[in-house]
Amino acid sequence: MRFGLTEDQLLFGRSLRGFLADRLPLDALRRLAEPGTGFDAELWRGLGELGLHGLLVPEEHGGAGLGMLDAALAAEALGYHAAPAPFAAALVMAVQAFRSAGDAEQQGQWLPRIAEGQARIGLGFAGLAGQTGRAALRLEGGRLSGALDGLMDGGDATHFLAYLPDGRAALIEAGAPGVTATLRRSVDRTRALVDLDLAGAAPVALLQSSNDPLAAARRVRDAGRVMLAADTLGAAQNMLDRAVAYANERVQFGRVIGSFQGVKYMCADMATMLEPCRAMVWYAAYAQDAVPEEAAMVASHAKAHLAEVGREVARLATEVHGGMGFTDLLGLHYQFKRITFDRQVLGGPERCRHDAAVAQGWIAA
Amino acid sequence: MDLTLTPKHRALREEVDAFIAAHRGAAPRPGGGRKRPDRKALDWQALLLEHGYFARTIPREYGGFGAPHDVIELAIIADAFSRAGISPGIHNQGISMLVPTLLEVGTEEQKRRWIGPTIRGEVIWCQGYSEPGSGSDLAAAQTRAAVEDGHFVINGQKIWTSSAHFADMMFLLCRTEPEQPKHAGLSYLLVPMNAPGIEVRPLRTMTGRAEFNETFFTDVRVPVDQIVMGRGQGWHVANVTLKYERLLLGDPNKLQQRFEAIRRMMEQPGAEGSRLLDRAEWRDRLLRLQGEVMAARHHNLRLLTEQAEGVDSGLGRFIVKYHGTMLAHRLASLALDAMGSSGLPYEPQGEAAEDDAATTWQIDYMYDIGLIIGGGSSNIQKNIIGERGLGLPREPKAAAPAGRN
Ligand SMILES: Cc1cc2nc3c(=O)[nH]c(=O)nc-3n(C[C@H](O)[C@H](O)[C@H](O)COP(=O)(O)OP(=O)(O)OC[C@H]3O[C@@H](n4cnc5c(N)ncnc54)[C@H](O)[C@@H]3O)c2cc1C
Repeated sequence: MRFGLTEDQLLFGRSLRGFLADRLPLDALRRLAEPGTGFDAELWRGLGELGLHGLLVPEEHGGAGLGMLDAALAAEALGYHAAPAPFAAALVMAVQAFRSAGDAEQQGQWLPRIAEGQARIGLGFAGLAGQTGRAALRLEGGRLSGALDGLMDGGDATHFLAYLPDGRAALIEAGAPGVTATLRRSVDRTRALVDLDLAGAAPVALLQSSNDPLAAARRVRDAGRVMLAADTLGAAQNMLDRAVAYANERVQFGRVIGSFQGVKYMCADMATMLEPCRAMVWYAAYAQDAVPEEAAMVASHAKAHLAEVGREVARLATEVHGGMGFTDLLGLHYQFKRITFDRQVLGGPERCRHDAAVAQGWIAA
Repeated sequence: MDLTLTPKHRALREEVDAFIAAHRGAAPRPGGGRKRPDRKALDWQALLLEHGYFARTIPREYGGFGAPHDVIELAIIADAFSRAGISPGIHNQGISMLVPTLLEVGTEEQKRRWIGPTIRGEVIWCQGYSEPGSGSDLAAAQTRAAVEDGHFVINGQKIWTSSAHFADMMFLLCRTEPEQPKHAGLSYLLVPMNAPGIEVRPLRTMTGRAEFNETFFTDVRVPVDQIVMGRGQGWHVANVTLKYERLLLGDPNKLQQRFEAIRRMMEQPGAEGSRLLDRAEWRDRLLRLQGEVMAARHHNLRLLTEQAEGVDSGLGRFIVKYHGTMLAHRLASLALDAMGSSGLPYEPQGEAAEDDAATTWQIDYMYDIGLIIGGGSSNIQKNIIGERGLGLPREPKAAAPAGRN
């Protein structure tokens, strides 16, 4: 028994963080965030070189065949640096979707393209995961019509994977006839949302090979929830680190503000809330691969808990910075908004806790 | 305790309700204060002043309605406007902070000159307190004003000056007596923003807009009579203003308006057809906040009564800013959660256009944190509550001069 990361995992996390720190100094982040697409071709390429695209794709399909814990470490690093890069949906949930509900041919066709970074798939869940907004899709005669709001990783996506209420998922091409994708710049400019309007669009693949499509869809949802929890963990850690650094520098009343118990206690409170979250996220990620009977419950709990802790840390870390924290000057708000975003997509805490109760059989779905 | 409504009160309630029913079309959206009031807001303000629904107790000779102080009347009016979700008039730093300061410590001439145009929304004020090196430690302000041939000549820099980019006037805390100890060397001046030598540089905030500024002073000249109280008394005046600022920042009527807006939102059926209000966990969150807002409103009536009777509320007043801004943050948090992912799209407009509802809530959510920091941060409020409210000893470094209190 060992509860911790391997040498490889530590190394992977470090090199990814180093890469992002190098690529995303504040002025670069500002520039990349401005359009609100949550995508930058150069950054995307660089992440591919580090092996991110095919992280979860099995080796026989050209990926690294790593697990959810590795993916969570990547999500944490991306959150730490507020990286404008598709990940949770495009590189984790989409892969999970093909693996849990795609047939052999679909997997053989699409997983290698994901691993090569050529297929960037935005993903929409609607009611199944507690997304709000329009969610009314119909599949009739092999054609898809209706509206689906709030697709994740949809900015500049090549494809969209739209979940139907019965748990099947339809893959459609971004520019295909009958597909209207409207980019909604979100408050978190490092990640976009896309609203989809479909009028008889023809899917290029229909993922329906699971004998329990709803259960398969829930596994995809849970993978996404773990990634969002890990993203918040990273963003909140960043805000805490910066608050501590600022508290060590800023002088008021002739003293460094970190020497005031009030400020020290704020930092200590943040650390106390956040430290256990790290192990919680690790376990939630690990469970997706290794503890199937707990996977749904811990994923939902991790998402809900990180959302609550994240909100507190976001406020407190901003407060420690005083007026400076409220400005655009330090860019602290990129992480603040990242945490706001993570909380609201794929179900807020109330919904996630509800799902955790369902997963434990306490209540009916 | 006597809350019986007299026939006069009942008549007032009917009168206000009838007023709102007749005029609601003319009302601007509640909020504002972060933009210069437009024609609609000014007209609405004039209408409210004429009927005595704004500045009700400010004497007529200063442009108010001149009614005697009656807490129940004020509560009836505030309640009617928040129930209707209608703007109760303009709230900005001039109206809510400078006007009561002048009423308390201004000269007769200053009251006659400034209060009328300020409450009408014609003269917009900004607050020149914070500097890069003195935020919480406000009394460390370094901006200098030397006296030369009947003028103060001001040099220095202010920061985080909200509204300076559209304000007409600033109330400025600066150092006029550099040889005096920290707190005794300050004065409170009234400075026209179009005076030569003032430069305002916008600062973007986390909302993406430039709601506040850096303000630079280079040999800015102001006649010596543009001072509130005397030289060296600026710290006292600044604290009178802070007292009103903190009451404004904890304003329970704003909290009530917010609460009502969230209740209306949670009553609407969502995408899946069900209402959040029908779900126990959501209803409980809303009800908790309702209870807290209720307590804040009743507490406010108590404070207003004490104020009218000339009693200093002490602790009761010290808690208002910290309590109110945290409550506002939690209300905005619930609003964001209730909107879920469809509340994320964010397109703040410039000064001209109105923001959509989701963007407005997101801005409020962020701005609330700004207000938790501004006007004396939560920690500073806690120091005041502990030290002045509860009589606890000061921080160990006893020799250190006190902050914003
Ligand atoms: C939205 C907004 C609007 C504003 N508008 C104006 C305006 O119009 N005019 C104006 O003059 N100013 C304005 N301010 C400035 C505001 O008053 C200051 O930001 C505030 O007083 C804090 O000062 P600071 O930013 O220098 O932070 P600092 O004083 O550096 O504080 C940093 C942190 O240290 C803590 N701290 C400091 N001293 C102590 C202590 N003794 N004990 C415990 N903790 C302590 C603080 O609580 C805070 O968490 C505004 C600020 C904001 C955010």
